[in-house]
Parts: sequence; C-alpha cells; structure tokens
Amino acid sequence: MKSLKKAMSLTLVAAMTMTMLAGCGSSNKETAAETSDAATTEAAGETFKIGSIGPATGGAAVYGLAVQNGADLAIKEINEAGGINGYQVEYNFQDDECDNEKSVNAYNTLKDWGMQMLVGTTTSGCCIAVAAESSNDNMFQITPSGSSVDCISSNDNVYQVCFTDPNQGIAAAQYIGSNNVAEKVAVIYDSSDVYSSGIYEKFAAEAANQPFEIVSAEAFTADNKTDFSVQLQKAKDAGADLMFLPIYYTEASLILKQADAMGYTPKFFGCDGLDGILGVENFDAALAEGVMLLTPFAADADDEATQSFVSTYEAAYGETPNQFAADAYDAVYIIKAAAEKSGVTPADSISDICEKMKGAMAEISVDGLTGEAMSWDEDGAVNKAPKAMEIVNGNYSLIQ
Amino acid sequence: MKKLKLTKNLKDNIITYGIVIAAYIIIQLMSATGNISSLMQGLLVPLCVYVILAISLNLTVGILGELSLGHAGFMCVGAFTGAFFSKCMQDIITIDILRFILAILIGAVCAGAIGFLIGMPVLRLKGDYLAIVTLAFGEIIKNIINVLYIGRDSRGFHFSMKDSISLGLESDGTVIINGAQGITGTPKDSTFTIGIVLIIITLIIVLNLIHSRDGRAIMSIRDNLIAAESVGINITKYKLMAFSISAALAGVAGVLYSHNLSSLMATPKNFGYNMSIMILVFVVLGGIGNIRGSMIASVVLTLLPELLRGLSNYRMLIYSIILIVMMLFNWAPKFIELREKYSIKRLIKKPKEVQ
Repeated sequence: MKSLKKAMSLTLVAAMTMTMLAGCGSSNKETAAETSDAATTEAAGETFKIGSIGPATGGAAVYGLAVQNGADLAIKEINEAGGINGYQVEYNFQDDECDNEKSVNAYNTLKDWGMQMLVGTTTSGCCIAVAAESSNDNMFQITPSGSSVDCISSNDNVYQVCFTDPNQGIAAAQYIGSNNVAEKVAVIYDSSDVYSSGIYEKFAAEAANQPFEIVSAEAFTADNKTDFSVQLQKAKDAGADLMFLPIYYTEASLILKQADAMGYTPKFFGCDGLDGILGVENFDAALAEGVMLLTPFAADADDEATQSFVSTYEAAYGETPNQFAADAYDAVYIIKAAAEKSGVTPADSISDICEKMKGAMAEISVDGLTGEAMSWDEDGAVNKAPKAMEIVNGNYSLIQ
Repeated sequence: MKKLKLTKNLKDNIITYGIVIAAYIIIQLMSATGNISSLMQGLLVPLCVYVILAISLNLTVGILGELSLGHAGFMCVGAFTGAFFSKCMQDIITIDILRFILAILIGAVCAGAIGFLIGMPVLRLKGDYLAIVTLAFGEIIKNIINVLYIGRDSRGFHFSMKDSISLGLESDGTVIINGAQGITGTPKDSTFTIGIVLIIITLIIVLNLIHSRDGRAIMSIRDNLIAAESVGINITKYKLMAFSISAALAGVAGVLYSHNLSSLMATPKNFGYNMSIMILVFVVLGGIGNIRGSMIASVVLTLLPELLRGLSNYRMLIYSIILIVMMLFNWAPKFIELREKYSIKRLIKKPKEVQ
C-alpha cells in the first residue's frame, strides 16, 4: 500500500515537472518565434513600432487605460488610411502601475520589442524617469499627459501634448485676472500630488501680478482627501468669492458637495483635472453648475472632429473618452505629421528617426482635438490656446 | 564538534558568496557577448537593491526575531539623504564614484541614526505592537519627506514645510527637495558592479555579525528573552544594535535605488507600507533567518512580474497565486514532510545507505 502511494506521488511529481517543463518549452519557443518575427520585420523595415506606457492597474489605471485606448484608436485609423509614409504601424502598450521603477522596466520591455517611437508616459513622475532613459537612447518621445516641466526640460527628445503645469497655473491666474472673475481667491490643492502642487505654485507666483488676491491657500494630501470642511471654512471666513481647485475631479466633487452643505457658494474654477466631474457617480450635476475650468478637451464639444472621435471611441471601448484619451489620440497624429514631414522610414535607426523628427517638430503645426494649430518650441513644450469652459445646464460649453 | 560546526558555517558562507559572484560573472559574460535584453539590463540594479533590503530585513526579522513593517521608511531616508547630497555636490565633486561612495556612507549613517532613534522607544514593545508602531513610523517618514521643501541659493540653504514659494529663494536659487515632487535630476551613478559590491559588503556585515559573539547574543534574545536577560545579556543594547544596522543597510539600498532613477518621489508605491510588506514577503518566503533564501526569493519575486508581462493584466493574478504556492511549499507541514521525503540530499544519500 505504502509503495503504491509512493509510486503514485512520484508519478504525480513527475507529471507536474513535465507540465512545467513543457510550459517553459512552449513559452520559450513562442518568444523565440516572436523575436525572429520582429527581426525579420525589422530587417525588412516594413512597419513603424510605436510603444506606449501608462498605469493599467492600480489607482491611476483610468488615465493609463484612456491613453492606451486613445492611441490605439488613432493607430487603427492611420493603418486603415494607409499608415505613415506608406508603412503600417504596430502598437504595444505596457503597464507601469504608476511606479517610476516599473515604468523604466516597461520602457526596456518595449525596447526589446523593437519600439522606435514612444507615446508616453501617462503620469509625470514616471515620465521624468523614462525621459532620462529615452534621452540616453535618443528615442523620440511624446507624452500625452506628463505635464511636469522636468519631463521635457533637460531632454530635447521629449515633447508634450498637454500644457505644462506652470503654464496651466499662469494661464488660470491670467484668465481670472484679465476677465475680472473675482477679487478674493481661495485655493485648495493636493500637496502630495505633483500635478496639483505644480499648478498651485505657479498660480500663486503669477497671482502677485494680477488684480486679485489669494486670501487662503489650504492643502490636503492623498491620505486625507474625504473631508474638506476645515479648508472650506477657512476660505469662507476669509471671504473668498472664487475658489481655485487645481485638483482632480473626484476630490473636487466632494468639495462642491461639502461647500453646498455649508451654504457656501463661491465661484469654482479648475484646470484640466476637473474634466470628468459631470461623470462622477452619485454626484448631483446641478452642484457643478457654473464651474469654470481650463481644459483642452471636452467630450460634449460640438465641433466635428471631437464628435466623431467621441462616437467611435464610445463604440470601440464602451465609455466616454476623457482628456487623456484625446491627448494620446493627438500624440499619435502628431507623430504622423512629424514623420511625414521628415520622411522617416522604419528602416532608419532609432537615433536617426529621433533626429529627423526633432527637426520636423519645430516646423509642423497640428490641428488636434486638444488644440488648434499646436506647435512646439525647442524645449518640447506645446503652444496652444487654453480653452476656458463653463458648465451650463449640465454641459461643458466654451466661453467666448 | 566545535571544529565541525565552524567548517559548516564557513562552507555555508562560501556558498552564499559564491552564488553572488557566480551571478555577477554570468551576467557580465552575457552582457559582454550581447545576450542580455534591455529589460534584464534595466533590472540589474533594482535586483541588487531588493537583495540588500531582504538581507537587511532578515537581520531584524530572522535574527533578532522582531517583526518590523517600517523597513521602506529607512530606505526612504537613505534614498533622500543620498540623493540630496549628490545633487548638492554635483558641481563640487566631479569624480562620480567618489561622490557616490560618500552618498552611500551618508545615506547609511542617516538611516542608521533614524533607526537608532526610532528603535529606542519602539523596541520596548513586542510582537504585533512593535509591528504596528514600525508601520506607523515608516508612514510618518514618508509623509514628512512629502512636505519637506529645501532650496539653495547664494545665501545658503532654505527650508520650509509649507510650499516652495515660502522658501524665499533668490533668483539664482534652485529647489532641491520639492515636497511631493521630490528630487529630480539625481546623477545616475548606480551600476550593477557597485550593486554587487554592496551586496557582498552587506553579506560580510550580516554574516559576520550572526556568527560573532554579538550575533549569538542577539539570537539568544530571539529564542528566549528571559533566559538571555538572566545570563547578563544587555537586551536593549543588542536589540538596538541589530535594528540600527538593519536600518543603515536599508539606507544603503535606498541610495542605490535613488541613483538609478532620475526622479525620486516618496509615493505609497515605492516607500509606503506596500514596499515594507513586499520586503517582508521576500524574507518570509525565502526563509526567516535564512540569508541565502531571502536573496533568492527577492530575485525571483522581482523578476516574476516583469517576465510575466506577456500575460498583460493576468500577471498580477498569477503572481499572487505563485506567492501562495511558494508559501505553502515553504511552510505547510505536509509540504515540508513531502520535501524531506523526496529531497535531493536524501536521493543522493539513499544508495549509500543501501550499500
């Protein structure tokens, strides 16, 4: 009996090892096949390979997935229309979990895949880390939504589709000042977030030159973002008639709700992070009435390009695209414009592609979803007019 | 008997060092012949970081026998002090390697000092309470770094806990630590060779400590506190010794980490309790008190999610299943029985017994 048991367990162990080995074997074969495929296509130079990086898992997954889908949609359209310079485009998205280190790993994975141009990364912190690597390799990189200045400042191969944080802060302060929206301004910002504190700092610096005054500036952190009554009370006591919210929409919706409960009704003003506030679950959209925001993209805008993008996106992915998806979509078309201008082919080396594209980026002007006549300066920052939106009757509508 | 034990230790240590050196030689050969993917190349330094972290935490968890959940906090201190030093000295000390060695020393000393300070009150607690308090301290360190603003201009250093505007910098000033935005533009000094050298130094420190008189005192505290105290062992001293050495080594890992990436931020992902628990997982799955095991576990568990990238989002699922399987394999009594029954050692020995 015992020997039978022993024999059985041995066979089981043997079977397990066999399956394991078999599994390894087949996966090895697959990767080998893949690499050989990649080698042949590379040698023939038949396709452009565009990589993309963003968080597809974890708390920031919404943004990463939007970038993935937006870029994917643009690439499908381009391929159907005949590709870039007559070459088809391959697309590969890698998850970075919104972690700098994982982002560099994702970049290296894409390099092994044979990436020639990078649409990424989605978040600022990761973008700074990856930009250092890509500038080492001289790989062309355009970030849809990495808005920190450090993403582009020290690397001339990196371009942005979105505004830099300081530009947003300055634009917001100038808008409030020049349109006499308010005299006393209160700010609530997230001090643990690069995006939010970056905008706030430049807003505060620019506010000194503007005819309004910041009467209260209160911070919260990622660990403590559900109760804003203290910050609101301070703003109310200081008599602020406008509240500037350089934060994301989830927290902003709570602030609106709590301000309403307190009976405090200043004008609310935000940046592109507020885009999406109307879609928050269990949020009374009536509270957002009259909220002003500077955002490059609104899904309910009535121009033709936006509407066709929104309808195809909704059909393909079953959700309304946000600003990140639009930025990524634009990023791919910007690559197309620059590639066509410079006449690069997939057979060129990565560094050659980057050099040629850099030259082209200085010359092109692209009309996209997130801005008209977008052009780029030497640093890689985008020049486009900010759009001010106001929420009227539960819809975003363009001011002026 | 004593002689035999010593040689066994020596043999054990030689195997541990041998594994590290062999890994180094293999990787160097592979990269010399161009057989290494860029993913692997990018992972080499992080692997060194995690190996050092696992070894250093094993000192607290395995040798001292206290559960610490704040290890990422000490890593954070090391990372920020090291990166701060390098950033300040970038123009003054132009020899990269010298600056990096100084940064490592500073990171280690600062993390060790913080470990000592935290250890003094915290080590009076035991078991779960100690775990909770170290967890809290780890979070506190991360949060303090997140509100810290330090700038430098012609008048010297400026310091604030509010925002970078209140630093009041002159026009020539630069903000070095910018609150939540952390430190950007740290010179990329970390290399695989330095990482391996640091692993070996860590191993020398930890293995020699374990087998020294002090190490035996530390282990006696783990095994029976009252008995240890009754034979005159200074409990506080040895506890603090193990805890602060462990913190200092975590600081070294932090310096290595911060000089590998150009942007350093204290996020919940890299210096939060998730990371502390990650390191603890390396130690527990590799074997508590087993230095070599925790090294291997940290390498395997760091590589796995990257190698499973082909499975896209399923990799998280598979990763957690592998964690559970490894845990069962290592610790479930039935599995231990099974392993002993069919271990390689026994299979080799068996024919001899028959003869």
